[in-house]
Amino acid sequence: MAEQVFAYITHKNGVADDSALELVAAAKSAFPDAAVTALVTGAGAALDKLCDQIAASYTEVWKFDNQALDYPNAEVIGPMLAGLLPGKAVVLLPHDTFGMDLGPGLSIKLDAAFVADAVGFEGLEATALKVVRQEYGGAVSTHVLCDLTNGAVINVRPGAFQPDESKAAGGQVVDKSGELGDLGAGRRYLETVAAEVGDVDITKEDVLVSIGRGIEDEDNIEIADDLAKAMGAVVSCSRPIVDAKWLEKSRQVGTSGQTVKPKVYLACGISGSFQHMGGLKGNPFIIAINKNPKAPIFQLADVGIVADILEFMPELTEKVEAL
Amino acid sequence: MEILVCVKRVPDTAENEIEVNSDGTDIERDDLVYSVNEWDNYAVEEAIQIRDNVGGSVTVVAVGDEESEEVVRREMAMGADNGILVSDDAFEGSDGKGVATLLKAVVEKGQYDLILTGAQADEGAGQVGGMLAAMLGRPYASLVNKIEVVDDKKLKVGREIEGGNQEMSEIDLPCILSIQTGINEPRYVGIRGIRKVASVEIPVMGTGDLNVDAAAVGTAGAKVKRLDYFVPDLGDGAEMLEGSTDEIIEKLIEILKAKGGLK
Amino acid sequence: MEPVLIAPANATLLGIPGMFFALVIPIVGVCLFTYIIAQRSKPLVLAAPDERFNNIGARLINVFKIWLGQYRQPRYKTAGILHILIFAGFMILSIRSLSLVVIGISEGFVFPGLGGTLGVVYNLLKDYAATIVLAACIYAAWRRGVIKPERYKVPARYGKDHTAEAVFVLGLIATLMISESLFEASFVAAQKQQGVHAEFLAPLSLAWFFKNILLFASPGVLQTTHIASYFVHDLTFFFFLCFLPMGKHFHVITSLFNVFFMRTEKGNIKPVRYGTSEEQLDDLESFGVKKFNDFTWKHILDFYTCADCGRCSDQCPANAVKRPLSPRFISIKGRDYAFKHFPLRKGNGSEQEPLIGDIYEEDEIWSCTTCGACEQECPLGIEYIDKIVDLRRGMVDEGMVPQTLQKPLGAIEKRGNPWGKMEKKRADWTTAEGFADAYPVKIIGKKESAQTLYFVDSVSSFDDRMQSIAQATAKILSQAGVDFGILGKDERDSGHEVRRFGEEMLFMDLRDRNTDAILNSGVEQIVTSDPHAFNALRKDYQGLPPVEHISQVIVKNIKAGKLSLNGTETNGKVYTYHDPCYLGRHNGLYEDPRQAIDAIPGIKRVDMLKSRDRSFCCGGGGLMLFYEPEEEQRMGVLRVEMARQAGANVIVTACPFCLVNIEDAIKVSGLEGQMEAIDLAELVALHLPGEQQQDV
Repeated sequence: MAEQVFAYITHKNGVADDSALELVAAAKSAFPDAAVTALVTGAGAALDKLCDQIAASYTEVWKFDNQALDYPNAEVIGPMLAGLLPGKAVVLLPHDTFGMDLGPGLSIKLDAAFVADAVGFEGLEATALKVVRQEYGGAVSTHVLCDLTNGAVINVRPGAFQPDESKAAGGQVVDKSGELGDLGAGRRYLETVAAEVGDVDITKEDVLVSIGRGIEDEDNIEIADDLAKAMGAVVSCSRPIVDAKWLEKSRQVGTSGQTVKPKVYLACGISGSFQHMGGLKGNPFIIAINKNPKAPIFQLADVGIVADILEFMPELTEKVEAL
Repeated sequence: MEILVCVKRVPDTAENEIEVNSDGTDIERDDLVYSVNEWDNYAVEEAIQIRDNVGGSVTVVAVGDEESEEVVRREMAMGADNGILVSDDAFEGSDGKGVATLLKAVVEKGQYDLILTGAQADEGAGQVGGMLAAMLGRPYASLVNKIEVVDDKKLKVGREIEGGNQEMSEIDLPCILSIQTGINEPRYVGIRGIRKVASVEIPVMGTGDLNVDAAAVGTAGAKVKRLDYFVPDLGDGAEMLEGSTDEIIEKLIEILKAKGGLK
Repeated sequence: MEPVLIAPANATLLGIPGMFFALVIPIVGVCLFTYIIAQRSKPLVLAAPDERFNNIGARLINVFKIWLGQYRQPRYKTAGILHILIFAGFMILSIRSLSLVVIGISEGFVFPGLGGTLGVVYNLLKDYAATIVLAACIYAAWRRGVIKPERYKVPARYGKDHTAEAVFVLGLIATLMISESLFEASFVAAQKQQGVHAEFLAPLSLAWFFKNILLFASPGVLQTTHIASYFVHDLTFFFFLCFLPMGKHFHVITSLFNVFFMRTEKGNIKPVRYGTSEEQLDDLESFGVKKFNDFTWKHILDFYTCADCGRCSDQCPANAVKRPLSPRFISIKGRDYAFKHFPLRKGNGSEQEPLIGDIYEEDEIWSCTTCGACEQECPLGIEYIDKIVDLRRGMVDEGMVPQTLQKPLGAIEKRGNPWGKMEKKRADWTTAEGFADAYPVKIIGKKESAQTLYFVDSVSSFDDRMQSIAQATAKILSQAGVDFGILGKDERDSGHEVRRFGEEMLFMDLRDRNTDAILNSGVEQIVTSDPHAFNALRKDYQGLPPVEHISQVIVKNIKAGKLSLNGTETNGKVYTYHDPCYLGRHNGLYEDPRQAIDAIPGIKRVDMLKSRDRSFCCGGGGLMLFYEPEEEQRMGVLRVEMARQAGANVIVTACPFCLVNIEDAIKVSGLEGQMEAIDLAELVALHLPGEQQQDV
């Protein structure tokens, strides 16, 4: 394949997001022989350091250093990339809140195809790429054929590919800051309002007892509290629990909640949607308890138990307390 | 403020069991019930609230088959002033870009200050809003969970980003926003509300009414084509613990001890 | 002959004869009273229509039983007896009061018919009446002012305390009694002093005591007392008359009418608007009660009639768990709104704002489980359920439905059940392993028909736990030899709560579809184990074959010898029966379920303190399961505690929702292992021949 492949690197506080190395793996999977160029935007010294790190994994790193790029604003970056990228380019983005913001519009500006939330690639067929996606909240999967004739923007689901730590590329950092044109945009970043800090910081915990819809009722949360106490753990939850206002937002694990890196994660009555699992990083040992044997979480967990959490958890608590 | 909200008729994920049909060409649609896409419903409620605050009108547009008219009607029962259905055999099979192209043609027939879409729909792509914005050359913000009208030239919007944080930005009008669930509490629409709008005229726009390039829409114009539906091979998945509850708990406790789950 | 004492008619005050005052006071009093009543009638005239002239026979019985007979008063013993005494006293003294008014104008007036012996008897009666009334007033004031029973308290959010008003009126009544007795006593004392034949005063009556004291007074004091007490009585009487429509004592006047107009049927819900047929509903501008004038005239009369006694709120389960609902204040706030917007000096209803957000709050109205305890208790026939439903209709019409209820309502609309499960799975409970083979259940349709329909309804069809009630019911029907079947996927939710939560049109849709399915099925009889379905089919639907509850079927068949039950093992279990609201209060079915339980040989059953029509709601059924109320604890938890106090360790219910709520409450209370709950059908089914009596 002759087109150039690019990957956009999202980063925060000078540290690259996990997706940076996941995209290396994704690119290899879709375009096994391609040389991939990393695109990094930002400002200042931290940016330089980041680019040097990234260079280990990518054939080339294009650095865009400008004050206007200090905060990643898709409305600024989109037109900027559209003006700089070669024709028929393939751009890989993480399907995170930035990628969701950038991808669709960028594809129009590049007159390229767009695929959102890709979870896998199954080979090139002439000028088309076979991509695996999910629909209906993950209930079913689908193969789509993406026409690459004029390039493509492909958003890759975070966590769908394992980060490629090989760092075998040893690429060059190219400073493209001089090629930037007007960086004004119709949308201007003001500030980030932090989520309210709750009583507990689940991101620092090693063991989490996490509850989902299966807890059924606010009063049953007590059951999870008891188990967590017995285990020396802390209670966290999935989004529906927070939407119902049974627990504070600070307890939510997920892409729109907290990112946690526990050693052990007890998922109780959680179905395993990707938005929830997206909040689990590192390599936690996942134990899933759910009364539905077909729950998607059983694909993602290490150990699974088919049981009604409302009955199972109290019994487990009893046995643990007896130790 | 003249507001256009794009809505879609989708299978209700809460009240359906979505399964692949026998030959893998589609999902099993026999027993499905449909309703308006949940995100779009939040968008319509938001539009109605903005209109009630600053004046103007709310128009709801759906791209789909004839049955999609029912969701347009429902959103009008909720309080939208006008409804449009974009439907034609030639539009069937459009991909996200095709749908955005159709919507662009609708936008060009009117004068809209604000265009809203839901953050995502049944396909989970969340693409139409951003594409439409780029086609129209207007600013865009996705995953919006707060809108404040500053004046008739700009808005202040909040986007839901990682960690539950909210990214606040100022955005110029006219613009496009995709709306995240939880931005408001949509009002209830009962059977009576729907009956009240039962005889309201909802114009249907087809190839003759919209200025679109036939090559850009429909199956022929699609750059991303769906090949099939399938359920992935389950693979290894979790090691399922078997036995009586007591036995399972015993094994589980051993595992927890080994992995450092008990303090 | 010289009069013993100068009569008030002949006395002079500042040169004006007493007769003049005695004429003016009543005329002014009556005119003022008429004016006040006319102003108070304004909202009634502007209100929505109501149909309250049907069932005259039943209405007259209510008047005799509840109004005259004070039938509901003794449910609260002390207050009840006090009130009966005061009420009876008032009835008896009414003749005396009228006579007194005339006496001031025409001195020798004697009430027609009370000339001879009858008059003497009456005088004795009235003397004792006045005495008892005064004693009752004093004790009542003591209760209000010192003992302060809980139910009279006014929570801060509802305003100032009402004790002052109560004590003031008791004071007025006491004044009337004292002045009337003094008027008589002073005369008799004068007679005695002058050695004339003294009228007989009932011994130990108030007048008798006064007379004995006044015997020591000078003639001048007697004269002054006689005249003064007369005019005090006259003024107080007419002041009281005009004061009645100003507060909670309006009930003295309106109670007779309110009781006459009170509901004669239970468990039913008023139509959206009386006089508007279903076909005309689409033309209505607005549904339900949004503004004050949307209430019917009877509902506004209810507000006027509230005596602020607090019995409704005292029995209200929502109030007991501290939900933001107190029925008493629905009435008091409504009354105060009427007084404020239709004031005595010029008022035509002024600009009316929506009630929700003004005197009522959304959560206040959504908190009601429609259990009916309030209506059962009210001694004045005040209704609450229809008002709550009407207010909910208004909120639904405006789209103000809590998010937690929108989903189940949408699911009922699309799938015919609040969980949104697929229709074709409604009969899956019949295919359960271990049940299907022994008890095949017919699904009525093209292939099969049956004489009796078992209407399962949504919760027993779909809830994992409640499906066993459906199975137990099938077992019982089967063994009793009943030819029955179910509708399966053609059955939709009965719509009982849908209607009571204000979604009238969705309810009508469900009702019509179910009615069609039932009538097409050709069944002659309907049975159900779900009291909400039972009530809906009997009261909300029309034109259906007769409907019975499973408890009635059980008792009928045991008596006919078609069902026989094995004995229970003696195992220390003490059972208590919890009356479901929609079987008990709303349908009067108290005995059949108890007889069904008692038919199990060897079973030990006790009744809770609050049982039968005083049963305490479990928390509510249908859509109430999805609503998230603000409450301090669950109603079920309080009920489980009541069962414990009665010495029981098994609670038997006859309603799937009661079972859900009580089983949850047992878990939340941490009483698993100490308390259990079981459905009546499950309990009976366990004791059927051939069934193994497992550990309950």
